[in-house]
Amino acid sequence: MKYLDEYRDPRLASKMLKRIAERTSRRWTIMEICGGQTHTIIRSGIDRLLPDKISILHGPGCPVCVTPVHIIDKALVLASRTDVIFCTFGDMMRVPGNKEDLLTVKARGGDIRMVYSPLDAVQIARNNPRREVVFFAVGFETTAPANAMAVLQAYRDSLDNFTLLVSQVLVPPAIEAILSAPDNRINGFLAAGHVCTVMGYREYNPLAEKYLVPIVVTGFEPLDIIQGIEMLISQLENGTCRVENQYRRAVTEAGNLKAQHIINEVFDVTDRTWRGIGNIPLSGLALREKYRDFDAEVRFKPGDTVACESSECISGLILQGAKNPFDCPAFGNRCTPEKPLGATMVSSEGACAAYFRYRAKTVEKAG
Amino acid sequence: MCLAIPGKIEEIIDAADALGRVARVSFGGANREINLACVPEAQVGDYILAHVGVALSIIDAEEAEKIFDYLRQMEESSETKKDAN
Ligand code: SF4
Repeated sequence: MKYLDEYRDPRLASKMLKRIAERTSRRWTIMEICGGQTHTIIRSGIDRLLPDKISILHGPGCPVCVTPVHIIDKALVLASRTDVIFCTFGDMMRVPGNKEDLLTVKARGGDIRMVYSPLDAVQIARNNPRREVVFFAVGFETTAPANAMAVLQAYRDSLDNFTLLVSQVLVPPAIEAILSAPDNRINGFLAAGHVCTVMGYREYNPLAEKYLVPIVVTGFEPLDIIQGIEMLISQLENGTCRVENQYRRAVTEAGNLKAQHIINEVFDVTDRTWRGIGNIPLSGLALREKYRDFDAEVRFKPGDTVACESSECISGLILQGAKNPFDCPAFGNRCTPEKPLGATMVSSEGACAAYFRYRAKTVEKAG
Repeated sequence: MCLAIPGKIEEIIDAADALGRVARVSFGGANREINLACVPEAQVGDYILAHVGVALSIIDAEEAEKIFDYLRQMEESSETKKDAN
């Protein structure tokens, strides 16, 4: 496919990797914060092809992984109602709440439908005027325009049977939470290209200045990621800490203003809890007063539960870059993608699942 | 789940109102309907980056080439170095 395959050329990749090796004189720790990048890095083994001096950590870059347990529990309550058609992205089906997951509710007869787009859920609401259609609106800034557009379309069409269960989170506040932690050891960040497609990258300038870290907006294909790392390493070696853009074919400094306008029309910034991390101030989105009728929590009042996560799971530490999936005693035995204990094993973009899928053999050897 | 994929606009289907502007987009031969409300300037033949049914940006063909220009330069300069040795 055009704009994909040419960014996967192994010959060019190895040339770039060689250059990185020549330039690296010291130990550097880099964090990426995008599940898509985690997946590419582990699948193509970029982390192992880099010089030993460079360590790559995988941050809280997967919305499936960071959706908190109490929101999953609300989804389970709503999906169990006989008057509700519950629509969700497929990735959310196996994420464990306190006791069960959406797949279990579906097996019990819950009307749960996996959709490709929130706009498909709006169409289901149009087609089923006598049923309540709830869409599980999880995601980062990348997904926010689609979720907001679903609300605008429902509003335009005066649909009174469509609501969102919102769990929208924002990336820069999570980066700040990680950088401001006392034991932070991250020297540079790869910022997620698709988030920046929407938001641009001006928000990162104050972070780079305050915490003295270079940040490089980076795409998702192997060559993109390797080039992003090269740009970071040359800044680190030169002692600069600027925001740079590797993913110029899709990202501009200001981002997509039209998309930002649509997001701002529908959503307002609010505090959000991140699974495994906790509350981060002003790190998410909630529906504005004008669109409160489309808020499933307001309409159905699904109630709050207290999360009791598996005590073994260290996904919170993994998401903050403090631990590696291999550090978890449950990894690969008590916790697998089939029977996940934590969200980072559920999502195919979660760090634990990526390591399980592409690194399982290494574990056997090591064990 | 934040992955956005590049596809080519084959046909603009519905331009009745800005929110509903939809295109048929080909992703390596597989077609899907994609909403164009966030990229009102997109035209047939453009490559867009789509995520969960919504186009987020138009791919800049010139910028897309630059990484390869850069790699070519890299190769040339390493060859010049080799020649110099
Ligand atoms: S392997 Fe499973 S239990 Fe361990 S941190 Fe990852 S998700 Fe949690």
